[in-house]
Amino acid sequence: MQIDYEKIGLKVGLEWHQRLNTSKLFCNCPSKLQTREAEIKLLRKLTLTKSELGEIDPAAEFEKVRNREFIYHVYSDVNCEVEADECPPYELNKEALEIALMISLMLQMEPVDEIHVMRKTVIDGSNTTGFQRTALIALGTERSKINTEQGNVKLETLTLEEESAFIISSSPTKAEYRLDRLGIPLVEVATAADIKTPEHAKEVAQKVGLIFRATHKVQRGLGSIRQDINVSIKEGARQEIKGVQRLELIPKILKNEVRRQLGLIKIRKELRKRGLTMEEISMNYIEVTNIFKNTASKIVRNQIRRGGVALAVKLPKFRNLLSLEIQEGKTFGYELSTYAKKIAGVGGIFHSDELPSYGISVEETEGLLKQLNCREKDAAVLVVDDLKKAKKALEAVVDRAKQALIGVPSETRKPLEDGTTEYLRPLPGPSRMYPETDISPIKLREEYINEIRRKIPSSPDELVKELSRRYSIREETAKQLLIEDKDELFREAVEYSGAEPKTVAFTILNTLKSLKREGIPIKNLKKKEIIETLSLFKKGKISKEAIPLILQKIAETPKLTTEEAVKQLNLKKVSEEDVKKAVEKTVSEKKDLILSFKEKSINKIMGIVMQEFRGKVPGETVYRLVEQEVNKVLKKNRRK
Amino acid sequence: MTLHYHGRARKLLKQNNIEDFDLIEIITSTQTLEGILIPRPELEDDNHVVIKLSNGYNLGVRLQKIKKIKVLKKQGIKRTVEKIKKYREEYIENAEVTVIGTGGTIASRVDYSTGAVYPQFTAKDLLLKYPEVKGIAKIRTKLLFNILSEDMDPHLWVKIAETVSQELNSGVKGVVVTHGTDTLHYTAAALSFMLETLSGPVVLTGAQRSSDRGSTDAYLNFLSSVRVASYHKLGEVVVVMHQTPSDNFCVIHRGTKVRKMHTSRRDAFLPVNSSILGLVNQEKLVFLTNYRQASQKETQADTRVETKVGLIQAHPGINPEIIDFYLDKNYRGLVIAGTGLGHVPKQLLQPIKRAIDEKTVVVLTSQCLYGRVNLRVYRRGRELLKLGVIPGEDMLPEVALVKLMIGLGRFQNIEEVKSYLLKNVAGEINSHLSLSYFPPTNK
Repeated sequence: MQIDYEKIGLKVGLEWHQRLNTSKLFCNCPSKLQTREAEIKLLRKLTLTKSELGEIDPAAEFEKVRNREFIYHVYSDVNCEVEADECPPYELNKEALEIALMISLMLQMEPVDEIHVMRKTVIDGSNTTGFQRTALIALGTERSKINTEQGNVKLETLTLEEESAFIISSSPTKAEYRLDRLGIPLVEVATAADIKTPEHAKEVAQKVGLIFRATHKVQRGLGSIRQDINVSIKEGARQEIKGVQRLELIPKILKNEVRRQLGLIKIRKELRKRGLTMEEISMNYIEVTNIFKNTASKIVRNQIRRGGVALAVKLPKFRNLLSLEIQEGKTFGYELSTYAKKIAGVGGIFHSDELPSYGISVEETEGLLKQLNCREKDAAVLVVDDLKKAKKALEAVVDRAKQALIGVPSETRKPLEDGTTEYLRPLPGPSRMYPETDISPIKLREEYINEIRRKIPSSPDELVKELSRRYSIREETAKQLLIEDKDELFREAVEYSGAEPKTVAFTILNTLKSLKREGIPIKNLKKKEIIETLSLFKKGKISKEAIPLILQKIAETPKLTTEEAVKQLNLKKVSEEDVKKAVEKTVSEKKDLILSFKEKSINKIMGIVMQEFRGKVPGETVYRLVEQEVNKVLKKNRRK
Repeated sequence: MTLHYHGRARKLLKQNNIEDFDLIEIITSTQTLEGILIPRPELEDDNHVVIKLSNGYNLGVRLQKIKKIKVLKKQGIKRTVEKIKKYREEYIENAEVTVIGTGGTIASRVDYSTGAVYPQFTAKDLLLKYPEVKGIAKIRTKLLFNILSEDMDPHLWVKIAETVSQELNSGVKGVVVTHGTDTLHYTAAALSFMLETLSGPVVLTGAQRSSDRGSTDAYLNFLSSVRVASYHKLGEVVVVMHQTPSDNFCVIHRGTKVRKMHTSRRDAFLPVNSSILGLVNQEKLVFLTNYRQASQKETQADTRVETKVGLIQAHPGINPEIIDFYLDKNYRGLVIAGTGLGHVPKQLLQPIKRAIDEKTVVVLTSQCLYGRVNLRVYRRGRELLKLGVIPGEDMLPEVALVKLMIGLGRFQNIEEVKSYLLKNVAGEINSHLSLSYFPPTNK
């Protein structure tokens, strides 16, 4: 189904979070993620109260209900007292500020005159302080926009903030975090909701990403840049989809979100048509453990054996709406279950639209509906867990069901790898910021801004043109090098190997990619080895065909030097004379084969000869010689 | 009209009839900004106007850039903390614990809508903030004063001591004193000496992370303190602060054997020449060593104190005139934090002799903090002993200072002062230094 995005009133805004390649924002610790276990563990609690949050913040309310423990894993060498919230922050990192200002200027945004570092209340424990430090660095003006074919997208704000701690695990009662990531400087850029289609969002995301990279001072690799997507449609509601790491997923996520909101609107319409009122939906749960005493369902049986109970609630007039698919492969029932999981920490829910199933029998299903007095249009939801958890889960389900009658609730949602999203928490309210009193305001003098202006690197568009002109490669290729962040490697490889830019670009963009696709660990390849391989090719010591073989060999056995790899693969280039001799020899040996298969024998002979010459001579050369010799034999034979 | 700006900025704002928290519009050559005017601390310059945008961020706009500035709406923000209410504490009959507020980090609060920090966070506010405390004891609160602990002063110790004894004698089981952490251990020592017989526990506590943030340590410190204060058998002045950087336990320290040993950590307080008394949190209270039992008699406060007492740190190159200065100003006592076992450079011998000749009491402690002074091992020590200095045993220099102030306040006779100093009054002199006391640990 083709969706007219303008008609449904799609509004999308993007927010980038780009990690900077400097030490941390408020201390001197390195911004490096660790792979080992941390040595120190801290247990903390957050004590926030309603009165302090001013206007009641739904996100705060939500979290407050949970009396959670936070365990922080602290590295003794790469973390300090600042990340552990055991001392006040140091001064704002000057280098990070300079990069943020540089990006502001590249985006034609206007730096503020005086920076005030703020504390943004964060209650999920992802900051040890209970807040995230963040500062407004620049604002958009008339001139700050991303130009695309589908129109301009205005840029609104650029802020510099602390990265959160890395989450290890989370449950309603406890969450664990690692502190290696906490405090890495992040530049956040936000657009207005000017983006028009899912594809448009991807285009804008890519353009801004290139500008970040043009500074050469941002971190690279998965997770170093994350996009938040703000999205709404007419009659729907604003959602914040938090932390999309892969650009390619953006269109799919947006398509799914549009589908989900349209689905929820449809459900609302249907519920109203069925005459459902708010009063009818209530938390009148009953215990139905008796029905499942002898159940064949393993999940249910195990929970009951562990002392759990089966609780059920009626969702009046919801029959067949819970099984409605609202995202690719995900139903409205799944939406309810994510609420139950997130809020109550249960494993999931069962609902009547999907029963009998999961080992729950027809009789049990009927018993359930009967005990709840369900009529034709009513649905039932079942949870089996500890009494307290099960009750909380049903409360969450009932609350969410009530919202279905109103429409689309505003939420913060988590993107999943398959392009769908999942409920995370309610969308936080606006008044969550207050000044960081431990850091004085920072004045930005005009001379300082001008100094940074002089250091601005070329824009991505200029870079593409320059690369293309200088190395005589197509602009498309130059752009691809930039997108894949390989322009520096390309330049060096051309300069040091002397190889033809086109070959270098092909090796970097295509060869490496196909090796990766084959599962070769190309991350083991160093710049040096790629340059050496290209250099051997340039000197005529190896053929073009040998390049992927050598790179593969080195990637698989990283201890080998390039020379050793060439030697082990026996890839020294051979002269055409030698090839010709070998071809003649094979042809004379396989005369019978040639005579019976005629022209079709060329490929067979080719295969035999290539066993010896793969990677040493271009395939075309071998083919030409084989064809020549085979034809000679055939001609001779015809004459006979 | 309230307007917290000075100089040029104030002039501009006043001309345009703008007050704190008005919603205003600022037009520059490139932008139109809309936001709430935020008060500017006096220490900042007069060249910027600070506004809070609708997205919550504050920013400063340079005066030179402002082309036009005007009010869009008077008082454009609903403030979460109303103007500071005049302090009034309810008097609760049958209270079990009295909480006395004296100020400090534990008593700070922020107005989240404006970001202004209010230090007038009363002991009663703590109750409102942490209602769980009611499950531990019935509380009465009293705000004595609200100061930063660097401004603590001996005459304020007197006020605290008098209030504590009044409260204990009024029938509560114990008292909690909330206090800034910088000089908390001085006050703990002062109360230990001033309140010699105690009918119940006196608990001093504070916070290293302010109460205006989610990660504050005040919650656990406060709840734990109230738990200790309601343990009526304890008859000592103690300090209750975090055991580790984690929020699971607090340590009960003896008031004379504890010191702030770190500028900022939650577990900054460590025992010195002592083990800890016990561990406590919201649910549990465990004593690990013997403690002094509460007295059946009324609590007596003897608050006489002599403030003309100095504390001098010996160091290489110290100028002997330092001591002469104190003597010229008629100081009655000097505590010297000597090096090592209690030594001073030779140039101090002469002025120390003068001090003792002039009836000024000189106590020698060690800047090592850990361990006992011993003036009989090296020649310099013996010289000092011969001059008549009092060896401070294993007392902290700060504790010796407070004790000397009180000793001189109570006794006119030098010999009496000396014997008071050498006597263990409140656990400050430990005759037995276990190997487990060093390196110090909160375990």
